[in-house]
Amino acid sequence: TVMAAPVTNDQSWFFALALGVSFLKCLLINAYHSTDFEVHRNWLALTHSLPAAQWYYEATSEWTLDYPPLFAWFEYGLSHIARFFDKEMLVVQNLNYASPATILFQRLSVIVADVVFFYAVKECCKCLREDKGKDLLGKPSFILTVLLLWNFGLLIVDHIHFQYNGFLFGVLLLSIARHFQNRHFEGALLFSILLNLKHIYLYIAPAYGIYLLRCFCFTQSNADGSLQWRSFSVVRLVTLGTIVLSTFSVSFGPFIGQLPQVLSRLFPFKRGLCHAYWAPNIWALYNIADKNHLIVCSYYERVKFKLLDINKLPKASMTGGLVQEFQHSVLPSVSPLATLICTVLSILPALFRIWHRPNGARGFLRCLVICALGSFMFGWHVHEKAILMAILPLSLLAVESREDARIFLILSITGHYSLFPLLFTTQELPIKIFLMLLFTIFSLTSLKTLFRKGGALLNPLEATYLLGLIPLELICEFVYPLTVWQKTFPFLPLMLTSVYCALGVTYAFIRLYISLLTCSDSTKKIKTQ
Amino acid sequence: MENWSLFSLCVLLGLTSRWAVSFHSYSGAGKPPMFGDYEAQRHWQEVTYNLPVHEWYFNTTNNDLNYWGLDYPPLTAYHSLVCAYVAKLLNPEWVELHASRGYESHSHKLFMRATVLFTDILIYIPAVLLYCFYFCDGSSKQKVATALCILLYPGLILIDYGHFQYNSVSLGLALWGILGLGLGWDLFGSLAFTLALNYKQMELYHSLPFFCYLLGKCIKQGLTGRGFFQLAKISLTVLVTFALCWMPFLSDPKQPLQVLHRLFPFGRGLFEDKVANTWCSLNVLIKIKTLLSRETQLFLSYCTHLGFCLFLRLMFFLFVFFHSMLPLLVKDGLLLPYVVTSLAFLFLSLYLLSALERSTEEELRLGIYRKLTRHWLPKLNLSRIIKWKFWFSLVAMAVLSFTSVWLEPPAKFPDLFPVLVSILSFLHFLGFIIYFNLVQLMEPQRKKSQKKTN
Repeated sequence: TVMAAPVTNDQSWFFALALGVSFLKCLLINAYHSTDFEVHRNWLALTHSLPAAQWYYEATSEWTLDYPPLFAWFEYGLSHIARFFDKEMLVVQNLNYASPATILFQRLSVIVADVVFFYAVKECCKCLREDKGKDLLGKPSFILTVLLLWNFGLLIVDHIHFQYNGFLFGVLLLSIARHFQNRHFEGALLFSILLNLKHIYLYIAPAYGIYLLRCFCFTQSNADGSLQWRSFSVVRLVTLGTIVLSTFSVSFGPFIGQLPQVLSRLFPFKRGLCHAYWAPNIWALYNIADKNHLIVCSYYERVKFKLLDINKLPKASMTGGLVQEFQHSVLPSVSPLATLICTVLSILPALFRIWHRPNGARGFLRCLVICALGSFMFGWHVHEKAILMAILPLSLLAVESREDARIFLILSITGHYSLFPLLFTTQELPIKIFLMLLFTIFSLTSLKTLFRKGGALLNPLEATYLLGLIPLELICEFVYPLTVWQKTFPFLPLMLTSVYCALGVTYAFIRLYISLLTCSDSTKKIKTQ
Repeated sequence: MENWSLFSLCVLLGLTSRWAVSFHSYSGAGKPPMFGDYEAQRHWQEVTYNLPVHEWYFNTTNNDLNYWGLDYPPLTAYHSLVCAYVAKLLNPEWVELHASRGYESHSHKLFMRATVLFTDILIYIPAVLLYCFYFCDGSSKQKVATALCILLYPGLILIDYGHFQYNSVSLGLALWGILGLGLGWDLFGSLAFTLALNYKQMELYHSLPFFCYLLGKCIKQGLTGRGFFQLAKISLTVLVTFALCWMPFLSDPKQPLQVLHRLFPFGRGLFEDKVANTWCSLNVLIKIKTLLSRETQLFLSYCTHLGFCLFLRLMFFLFVFFHSMLPLLVKDGLLLPYVVTSLAFLFLSLYLLSALERSTEEELRLGIYRKLTRHWLPKLNLSRIIKWKFWFSLVAMAVLSFTSVWLEPPAKFPDLFPVLVSILSFLHFLGFIIYFNLVQLMEPQRKKSQKKTN
């Protein structure tokens, strides 16, 4: 038979990919879910059963409402549909209620909410500079779609561990796409909405602030790219301010009387430099560098007195996590203020850079990724899931530039691997390995094919580091549990994973910075706003 | 993107769906006293591990044949024995004689599911990959698409990883047999197929075409010269394989007789449960294949030169067959994976069909029908009729699925829906037999020329 040319219209592959991943998500309905499932069930219950005035005071369950009000309204909306699945899940007293209908409803709500993410990805594909490829599999838009829709981290965090990140990242990516399309008001509105859905996105607010101020409020730049002070547009600034303020007032308005309570829930005072499982950031390396056997001992003590139940180690929500004292002996102890200063210092050069020499929307995106990564690297009590805030926006840059593709590969493979401890059950082990291999093989081969001109994408050192993840996985999940030390030092594989991945993440951070600070030549070709 | 990466992505997708389906229930879960196929497999591990070989197929005080007695050939028993050794290492309670009856636990389920996955990876998946790589016509994209379709076929996934069976072993071995013959390695092919036969006696349905093909090949090479020599080598391979598999049972003449009695229980009715129990369903499918093979001795070359479009037609046929398994799967509590995998498979096949081949009359091999109907119904737009029929079938299957699950049958006809499902499936099968046979009979020339090019 003669091979006919593809007759499908250009969009059917997108639909096929979206449908395919949705089917996969449906198959995972029965998989393990973490305590985050109960968190969201509790929020469904309390928003449904109680008046809004009590939402931030309710404390029957330990999983109190710690997301901003718009998310609470979102849960309220969901609860009206939940009624038709199982009324019992909406009773606040039904702690840990997980009937099959409840599981089905909650899982489906995440899957359906991902429609926002699909739309955002479609919009992002439109923003790519060039979209030519010999065949479908080599098109940048196709590669970007798979990298985002089939992102390993998003799949396992949202559809196994259980969260609503797909929906939230959809709003973020849509906002970014709007900025690419020069629809800045919409982009700003979307970001304000996002901040009121989950306040962790404050990490990247500086990037938005500086970019909008520099590139939007100042309507023109000089020929060499520097600032033209006279082109300041008050109208734009005021409009932006109105948009942001009105969004916040709609969101926090009903709770204006209880603002301190709400804020205390959103930003709980908590000691503990690191989460129970150390996110692979600077502080993981810092802890190790300290060579303090006290840390090791304190972990051991907790295990002995069952204060740190290993099965509960990867805590789900932002208010989860256990109180831990990290007494560093050799190096100075780290306080929350110190981490804030470090974070600010780490992102300051990037902010200066886009103020001084903005690179249009792409420069903004690069700065956004750096802000996300900097906050991840130096932040206080960071969850390992926060790495997704850097990986997902970076995908957009990865399909357009060789250097970004290389950074993306290192960051995504390392970052995704660091999520493995989230799924610690034996049943999910094959799933996480298969999906990880799926995403890794695809990203490696497709980006390699996209940038085949100019030699290998990864240098030997980087390749060796990434290959080293295989023996690491074998040791941590297969060999170590069979040894004697599993009972006495059960946390050792987790520490090893954190530290090994921290190296990769730090390396990616440094490279990203270098690429931002040295990309001066391309600015002249690209027009700024 | 390179071939190896595309193929590995297909394999990983297949493996992921398999393991995800395995999260769901299995046959007979929590249903004493008999439970289901899952308990049968566990029981065989218990029997083969604890009892001596000569007791496996006999009714003794230690081995009650009424409670899931062994009724597959020896290779299944050996496979169960190997699994039992591993089970013993992990948790001896799983294969404790008598005491482990009806044993159910999360870790045991994981172990059993893992054994299925292991054999799948070892035997079935490599065979599928090699088949698609060497024997499928078309571009590499079509080969990858074929592999993906085969690996995502919901029937095998749900029966093996849901209901619980080891069909991937016997089907995989049979496929290795086909591969061997297709590549010209007759001895290897015969060996593989004989092993398949010794794993599940249902492979007997496929044995006739194998036999006819090899006999025909030897005759072609001249029965007095090389052909005879070849025939002797093949026969010897088959006999030695049989002997090796049945060796422990050859000491006493009563042994092989008892085994055969267990394998072919002509005393019992084979269609005890009119709701398509697995044997019944597979039986229908294999009957179809038998009919196909009886019509022509070129069955194997037909298999190895499946045009991509024809392949997708075959996939639809298999999909209808899968639909007929609905009552069984609902009984096992596998409704969700049934719905998801069948929809996924359907959409994938439809998408690939439209993306990789134009659906013209020629591709549909409708030329034959044209010739037949030209005299009687000249104004018929045949391709449109086929399309309508296709959508109508889908709607009918969807409606039947919905009613089977959610509506109560009228009191006078309690088995109404399963019977309707069976009837609908049978009608489809009949249509497909006619279609495939017509295709085969009317296009011998094309196949001969293709066979030469491979």
